[in-house]
Amino acid sequence: MSEPSHDIIPGVDSAHAEIQEPGIGLFADLVKVIGTSTKTNDKLEALANYFNTAPDKDKVWVIAIFSGRRPRRVVNSNQLIAWCIEMANIPGWLFGECYHTVGDLGETISLLLPETHDPLTSTAKPLHYYIEHFIKIDKQEEAIRKQFILDSWKEMNQSERYVFNKLITGSFRIGVSQKTMVNALARVTTLDASVIAHRISGNWDPSTVGFAELLDDDVRIIDHSRPYPFYLAYALDEAPETLGDPNDWQVEWKWDGIRGQVIKRNNQLFVWSRGEELMTDKFPEYHILNNLLPEGTVIDGEIIPSVDEKPLPFALLQTRIGRKNITRKQLQDAPITFFAYDLLEFEGEDWRNRPLSERRTKLEEIVQPLNTPILLLSPVVQFNTWTELAEMRRSSREQGAEGFMIKKKSSAYQVGRKVGDWWKWKIDPLVIDAVMIYAQKGSGRRSNLYTDYTFAVRDGDKLVSFTKAYSGLTDKEFAQVDAFVKRNSIEKFGPVRTVKPELVFEIAFEGIAASNRHKSGVALRFPRMSKWRKDKKVEEINTLDDLKKMLEVYGTKS
Amino acid sequence: MPLIDFTDKGLYCAPGNFYIDPWKSVDHAIITHAHSDHARWGSKNYLCHTDTKPILQLRLGENPYQTLPWGEPIVINGVTVSLHPAGHIIGSSQIRVEYRGEVWVVSGDYKTENDGISSAFEPVPCHTFITESTFGLPIYRWKPQPEIYADIQHWIRKNQADDKASVIIAYSLGKAQRVLQAIAEVTDKIFVHGAIWNTHEVLVQAGWKLPVVRRVTPEVPKEDYRGSVIIAPPSADGTPWMKRFSPYSVGVCSGWMQVRGNARRRNVDAGFPLSDHADWYGLMDAIKATGAQKVFVTHGFQAAFSRYLNENGIEAAEVKTEYGNDEEDAPANVKEGEPEESAVEDINENVE
Ligand SMILES: [Zn+2]
Ligand SMILES: [Zn+2]
Repeated sequence: MSEPSHDIIPGVDSAHAEIQEPGIGLFADLVKVIGTSTKTNDKLEALANYFNTAPDKDKVWVIAIFSGRRPRRVVNSNQLIAWCIEMANIPGWLFGECYHTVGDLGETISLLLPETHDPLTSTAKPLHYYIEHFIKIDKQEEAIRKQFILDSWKEMNQSERYVFNKLITGSFRIGVSQKTMVNALARVTTLDASVIAHRISGNWDPSTVGFAELLDDDVRIIDHSRPYPFYLAYALDEAPETLGDPNDWQVEWKWDGIRGQVIKRNNQLFVWSRGEELMTDKFPEYHILNNLLPEGTVIDGEIIPSVDEKPLPFALLQTRIGRKNITRKQLQDAPITFFAYDLLEFEGEDWRNRPLSERRTKLEEIVQPLNTPILLLSPVVQFNTWTELAEMRRSSREQGAEGFMIKKKSSAYQVGRKVGDWWKWKIDPLVIDAVMIYAQKGSGRRSNLYTDYTFAVRDGDKLVSFTKAYSGLTDKEFAQVDAFVKRNSIEKFGPVRTVKPELVFEIAFEGIAASNRHKSGVALRFPRMSKWRKDKKVEEINTLDDLKKMLEVYGTKS
Repeated sequence: MPLIDFTDKGLYCAPGNFYIDPWKSVDHAIITHAHSDHARWGSKNYLCHTDTKPILQLRLGENPYQTLPWGEPIVINGVTVSLHPAGHIIGSSQIRVEYRGEVWVVSGDYKTENDGISSAFEPVPCHTFITESTFGLPIYRWKPQPEIYADIQHWIRKNQADDKASVIIAYSLGKAQRVLQAIAEVTDKIFVHGAIWNTHEVLVQAGWKLPVVRRVTPEVPKEDYRGSVIIAPPSADGTPWMKRFSPYSVGVCSGWMQVRGNARRRNVDAGFPLSDHADWYGLMDAIKATGAQKVFVTHGFQAAFSRYLNENGIEAAEVKTEYGNDEEDAPANVKEGEPEESAVEDINENVE
């Protein structure tokens, strides 16, 4: 025994120690469960498990990634495709075929790369190693970034490559709500869920903050952000006359935004959505409210884009959600405002058990003098009889509303969905019967099926396309339509198939506007397939004239 | 005139005056395997492998059946015909056809990995090879069978620990018998759907040593399903028939599970990419091993697959057939599934 072997003592040097840490595979496993599981509880369990076993630095990154702090993309798709083609040694067109079938770039690449080691043994490094490395080489020349990515691929198995590709292309969108993640963290720490939600919101940098620091169990930090549970209304199915004396009720328009609470406490502003997500950072417009609102105020209302107190389509709000950085143009085109419904807390006191009429008076006293376009009172609709109200309800679309909210003036602000005091009285969607003429494969989870359709109405003996729709059918119906498309294609233009005009669907939509970008001259809002009209023939569908009449009656300028 | 012609009734060998896997009624049909898109009802005479016959009797009823073991040539109108293992399902065969020194092989459906039950695929040298292309894209590279079996077994054990039943969705002919081997290693509490039971019984009677299973019937007490494994065909997935197993977890065994979106769309708890078809690499290896100069590509990704072969020095052409509307061949129909099953299935099972 002259020379002691280092091999028998694992972890003696730091390089060894690092390899002993669980690799990115742990994260890949987590993503697999979250991506396929349909049960919130399974996701929660997988997350809690992950937070119990992963290295601290990885945990911080996972919290960051799942709360929308994705690392920036470090390569563009074309570079990545080129490197994959080179490593897999396949022609470009074949890559295209594969991509079209899989529907996801990162996944396609992960499936095409050759196996470079025994798939059962992973040599991959921990998640934080890769992310920190991306950040380091972000500004470096292409050859260096390429080398890093090829080397990384070589040490990973397929599911690791999948998450890695999603990270470097900045396309990591994963189905876990902030609430689920917060609850998982609550299981592995001693902190309350609301404290955790508060801690992980706001500005912190995952590359400098440690896990212990982020979730320090010192609960002396009082949770000023905590919202009240929302009070939700039931749909009114009966005639409104059944509600009795109209004078007992307060009626407001039902706005189509995101229900939310604005909270000003401890000289800080918090904005919560009904999904109990803290959204303060997403809407910088609201930040001035911190100066305007009195201390200890909680207002219930609707997060909604509007100009001159007139609400804009929900679609504009959607363009804002999920974005970390908001451009000046977005701030201009879709300024987010808050339509106040109710006052839940005043001067730090819980007002929920006072009658609605009293809360409304105080709400008006607070909001009116502020005179800001950001915080508006949701107007109370004046009416004398239910018949008159029913008449007004027909103009909901012109108001940008989807019907009325009817609230008992004496009602307390209750918790959850309760029958009796609050009702929503929604308008029916507009519908039109149309025939499917084009079909295209869906993306992501529907990448193998024809699920994206274009519909047409009749114009004399011609068919004029007027809208696309992707949703509204069951999986079973989608499979049936898919089979029809495959058997009845007339022509192929790239991914689009021209289909024999035979299947008739009822298309429901929320609004209609004139548009010169569409051949038909109209654009629909939220079109979806509401019914498969198997009883109707293509001769029986609606006409372009019908559509134009709808535009005249219900059209909005956009 | 080619030795095998692609006609509107199916693959036709004119000098021998017989069809292979015809989709219309003919006088003489040679059948590669018993899946319903390859073995159709209505022909006058059938020739198939010895192991295929009992399944055809179950599915097509009584007909004149002639059987052959593997590798034993017979001469039909001067054409020499022999059957060789295709490794796809029990009895699945490639059909070798030789006439005046020219050799063609019709492979039917095949897989190159030995699954331990279907007899291992055997490359047969030929001039012209007719291949399927169900998974003919390079994104399809199967994990080795032992690895997938281990995943399935791990999943079953986890369900047992949670006191849940494991419902495995597998095609009734082929996949069901194959996964049974893996399941039997972890439990002997195995139930099967009526459609699978029928096939199972026929195979057991024909001498196959398959693990013991129980049929799912209304008489089985619900407690018996606790922690058990149930094998069901895709047509049963999501139907009220499943309710009796509650609480349960659903796992689908299919090559289509290779792509995440498919597993998600099916709304299943687990997807196991286990296929009875060759992956891209298996298809390529099989073609090379035949030494064929000319390849015809049937059902699947035939356009991409034949283009790739042509670009790589193997003359190839797409052929339109009526295969691939059934079983694992049809990705869109995985949920609809198996028109032939309802014929075999005990109808009461599903309506109850
Ligand atoms: Zn088959
Ligand atoms: Zn087939």
